[in-house]
Amino acid sequence: MRGFVRRLFRHRSATVALGFLAAVALACLVGPELTGHDPGRIYPDLVGTPPGLAAHPRPGTVRPALERLAFRMRVTVRAVTIRDGTAHVTVDAPRSIDPRVLTYLPRSDLFGPATILERAEDGRRLVVSVPVLEQRFLLGTDVLGRDLLTRTLVAGRVSLVIGLVATGVALLIGLTYGAVAGYAGGRVDAVMMRLVDVLYALPFVFFVIMLLVFFRAGLGLILVAIGAVEWLDMARMVRAQTLSLRQRDFVRAAEALGLSSARILVRHIVPNTLGPVTVAATVLVPKVILLESFLSFLGLGVQEPQTSWGALIAEGARAIESAPWMLAAPAAFLVTTLLALNVLGDALGEALDPRRDALTAPR
Amino acid sequence: MRPAPHRRQCLAGLAAAALARPAEAAPAGLYRRGNDADPGTLDPHKSSTVAEAHILRDLYEGLLTYDNHGRIIPGCAEACTVSGDGLTYTFTLRERARWSNGDPVVANDFVFSLRRILDPALAAKYAEVLFPIRGAAAVNRGAAAPESIGVDAPSARTLVLTLERPTPYVLELLTHSTALPVHPATVTRFGAAFTRPENLVSNGAYALREAAPNDRVILVRNPHFHAAADVAIPSVAFLPTPDLASAVRRYAGGEIDSLADLPADQMASLRARFGGQVVLGPSLGLYALALDTRRAPFDDVRVRRALSLVIDREFLAQRLWGETMDPAYSLCPPGLDHYRAPPELAGRDALPIDREDEARALLAAAGFGPGRPLALEYRFNASDNNRNTAVALAEMWRGIGVATRFTYTDAKTHFAYLREGRPFDVARVSWIADYSDPQNFLFLLQSGNDTLNPGHYADAAYDGLMRDAAGETDLARRADLLFRAETIVVTDLPWIPVMHTRSKALISPRLSGYRPNLRNAAPTRFLRLEA
Amino acid sequence: MIGFVLRRLLQAVPTLLAVVTVSFFLIRLAPGGPFDLERPLAPAAMAALQETYGLDQPLAVQYLRYLGALARGDFGPSFSFRDRGVAEILGHGLPVSMTIGGLALGLALALGIGLGAGAAFRPGRLLDRVVGLGAGLGVAVPTFVVAPLLQIVFGLGLGWLPVGSWEGGAPAHLVLPVLTLALPQAGLLARLTRASLRETLALPHIRTQRAMGLPRRRIARHALRGALLPIVAILGSTAAALLTGSVVVETLFGLPGLGRTFVDGALNRDYTLVMGTVVLVGVFVIGLNLVADILCALLDPRLRIAR
Repeated sequence: MRGFVRRLFRHRSATVALGFLAAVALACLVGPELTGHDPGRIYPDLVGTPPGLAAHPRPGTVRPALERLAFRMRVTVRAVTIRDGTAHVTVDAPRSIDPRVLTYLPRSDLFGPATILERAEDGRRLVVSVPVLEQRFLLGTDVLGRDLLTRTLVAGRVSLVIGLVATGVALLIGLTYGAVAGYAGGRVDAVMMRLVDVLYALPFVFFVIMLLVFFRAGLGLILVAIGAVEWLDMARMVRAQTLSLRQRDFVRAAEALGLSSARILVRHIVPNTLGPVTVAATVLVPKVILLESFLSFLGLGVQEPQTSWGALIAEGARAIESAPWMLAAPAAFLVTTLLALNVLGDALGEALDPRRDALTAPR
Repeated sequence: MRPAPHRRQCLAGLAAAALARPAEAAPAGLYRRGNDADPGTLDPHKSSTVAEAHILRDLYEGLLTYDNHGRIIPGCAEACTVSGDGLTYTFTLRERARWSNGDPVVANDFVFSLRRILDPALAAKYAEVLFPIRGAAAVNRGAAAPESIGVDAPSARTLVLTLERPTPYVLELLTHSTALPVHPATVTRFGAAFTRPENLVSNGAYALREAAPNDRVILVRNPHFHAAADVAIPSVAFLPTPDLASAVRRYAGGEIDSLADLPADQMASLRARFGGQVVLGPSLGLYALALDTRRAPFDDVRVRRALSLVIDREFLAQRLWGETMDPAYSLCPPGLDHYRAPPELAGRDALPIDREDEARALLAAAGFGPGRPLALEYRFNASDNNRNTAVALAEMWRGIGVATRFTYTDAKTHFAYLREGRPFDVARVSWIADYSDPQNFLFLLQSGNDTLNPGHYADAAYDGLMRDAAGETDLARRADLLFRAETIVVTDLPWIPVMHTRSKALISPRLSGYRPNLRNAAPTRFLRLEA
Repeated sequence: MIGFVLRRLLQAVPTLLAVVTVSFFLIRLAPGGPFDLERPLAPAAMAALQETYGLDQPLAVQYLRYLGALARGDFGPSFSFRDRGVAEILGHGLPVSMTIGGLALGLALALGIGLGAGAAFRPGRLLDRVVGLGAGLGVAVPTFVVAPLLQIVFGLGLGWLPVGSWEGGAPAHLVLPVLTLALPQAGLLARLTRASLRETLALPHIRTQRAMGLPRRRIARHALRGALLPIVAILGSTAAALLTGSVVVETLFGLPGLGRTFVDGALNRDYTLVMGTVVLVGVFVIGLNLVADILCALLDPRLRIAR
């Protein structure tokens, strides 16, 4: 084990990948608390904001925004001056203005609570001072006006959980199934592997779509659906391994000692298949995350109010011309994460195969 | 010239390469017409979709038909007289009406066709559209022979239609796909295969050349058509566009000349890129929320009104749907024939804060408040804008303390669930009318109409008004009765109208003659395509 | 060898039957039916349609009828394309998917094996790194992102290629879809080739050959032959996936292939169309896996005994 860890860390790229993955996971875990936006919060006046460091609303958009609000307040904007983050607004109306309408200003996500500076003409003209808020959207907002950075981080939680849990499910089923089939051998093995053949021949997309249609789509179900489909390769691999392990001396010895089959499986067979299984699992995680994105493309992925990278990317791909940032942010997270997982998978594969030491000189 | 000028400018350095591009091979005179879906059938009697209707309108011609302004104009019939009681319509067919094989179109062809669609053996989806014809409902039920319907052909060029009761919109019904004629000899000879390109004989401005599933349907000018000389476009290819975003790219690349549907969430950018090529128009559609009036608390009108009051229809229609919808304050869209301005929901002009206060008060009166918040489940079928709409609705309801949970499924699951009459709280429903008459919207909420009225709303006064309107021959009095019925709907809110749909299209500058209209009719024979 | 093939072919029959059975009940038990439309049908019309298509019969009867028809090679009528039979629709879609998928497979094999081998022979060099990154990107970027990007760059920006549509398989219309479909597979194959080849190069007999100073070219050929085994092993399912169409590529490029038939069929509850596609895909998967197994056996005689 120590040798393995040392070999793994001799790959500089693997260390970087591992560090990167940890950073992404951490960002997704705690990031949404730090962005200052709730992932579900809709800013109706800031729909489709491009990314940037600047605060919103921009000075140029204050007046049009005020005019939109004035329409709803049934007043007309006569003058606007902005100084030190506060707007002085003069509005008038044909009738006396009900001061309650001023609550529209703080509700708009653009302004703070208004104070009346001056009432004139029997309340038909008001001068109010209203602080202009500063909202920042580092990665912009989506078509509903939700902060993309927060959403991308929250989505990352879901995507990573799907990747890990679905892989875990596939691993568990595949490992158990393959080990039992391989160890039992004979007729049991034949029957079990026929089932695998059937599932292989069952078109996968169809299978997943049907599962999602059947049960109300939701995160838990997607995990199960994906896990339920992806265990086949794992089972075949473990079975092949088990078949060869069964002939080995230490297994024979255990059998001679009268250990139960279950015990032999758990103590001797399964641990010896873990190497290749680990590598297969690192390949499976990206595969599963991509699969979820495909389901999102079909509209069958994670459901609101939850979201995933796949769901965000599917949404962004449609808006690629009008709001490329909606695609760029989640896609960048997804692609770099998957790249890191691949690098890690490769390194694990090499580290678990001591034979390669000679060729894989550290660099 | 290709559209999308800015993209060109951004990539000016590549202009030389772009110019070197082999001109997108648009065969001379072929109009490549984007059509949102592939037709499931070219048999007008089995048809059920809007996409099919566009193709069928080019292929076949009914007694009456639409022009490009959506006006009803003479089709196969050149004249029509109505009896004094409004029950008998006598049509005189054009002498020059011809099938695409040269056969004359005779009155018996219509008799054959109308009997065919009403025969239950054909299993037509929308035979009920023709039920105003005397005896049609009984025939379709299997209770009478198809020969018994009120359609007769006293001579080759005379067709007499007898109605069950006076029906002001009957002429419009005769433009519908269900009332289109089929060529009796080919239908008898080939059966269901009569719609194959090698078999199909049609009587419209165009004839079928090619039909490949999911690929394209190509029509060519029918030389025997009575107005063939005025048909400018020699051939038209209907192309399905399942993915709207990529359809827009194909349009931008000059590979499609017009699109019949646009991605509503991209309207601002489409307008910026294509300017006047984006054409929005009225249409006969409704986007509404049905409430399960059988169950508490949605049987309480106060709850229904509260939910309706806080919906910011302008935000949904203008911001989320990019003005491809109109905010709806009535069940019927404005502009219907045989009607007046529809009654409006209360509180349209009230300040939104007052509306919220009122909604809170209504909920409180119904027993909901901070101590006992109303929680509801919103069911809808998954598509992007339905989802965005749901999220926005939930946010609006949250403002008055209502917690919303989503259940969204694929379309089949959603509509089957509602059809089966299973319990729900609030569900998305929609309706596209077959004809421009208030009856075609208001009948949805008549009791007993359970497949269309998932909440099984039943109101005796409403049913009574609808019955009276159906028997009323005076159009003004009928309009009054229907207005009173609709007033019940907007007060009682078994359905909460949210938006009225609009037609949306991208029309290449090469294409002229497209006029957006309520019927969403744009027959190719009235369009022109510059080379 | 012949016995092996025959045995496998015989085994395929019950496998296919099981696939058909599972799919039949899955789609039939799914909520909603082919005639549930956004605009609901009148109950009478619904009943008439159900009767026309035999959906009013008990499920078991429908199942047996379907099997009977299938045994006679009859795929039945389609529910959503009412003028056509399923066989005809599949007949239209299959050539499209086979063309796109076949070309994509060829491209993926050439790119993947070529670049993967190039990288394996020069570990740590620039080529290795570029291939590693490229392969990683190819695998990691979803197809539905690659397709619009290619459309925008090559179709609209540069104007070199058409953005979409089939046009009877005109070569210019094939380039972008084939590329989109091939890239992820090429990435996968490149990674696999590189890993497998490196493993082979580390084997004692190859190391001995190196030590003996055999010509590099000969060693490479030798090693490559051994390294192909895992590639051939996955080739069956890869080929089946490519040849039977990709819903993403077909939807985004507007191609009339099988992938779309399949997903639309499932979502529209076009029972017969879905079943027809399932049978077709099942035959492809079983057949191509058999071919892959035979190839494996030819490459590595030891496997013949193991199986």
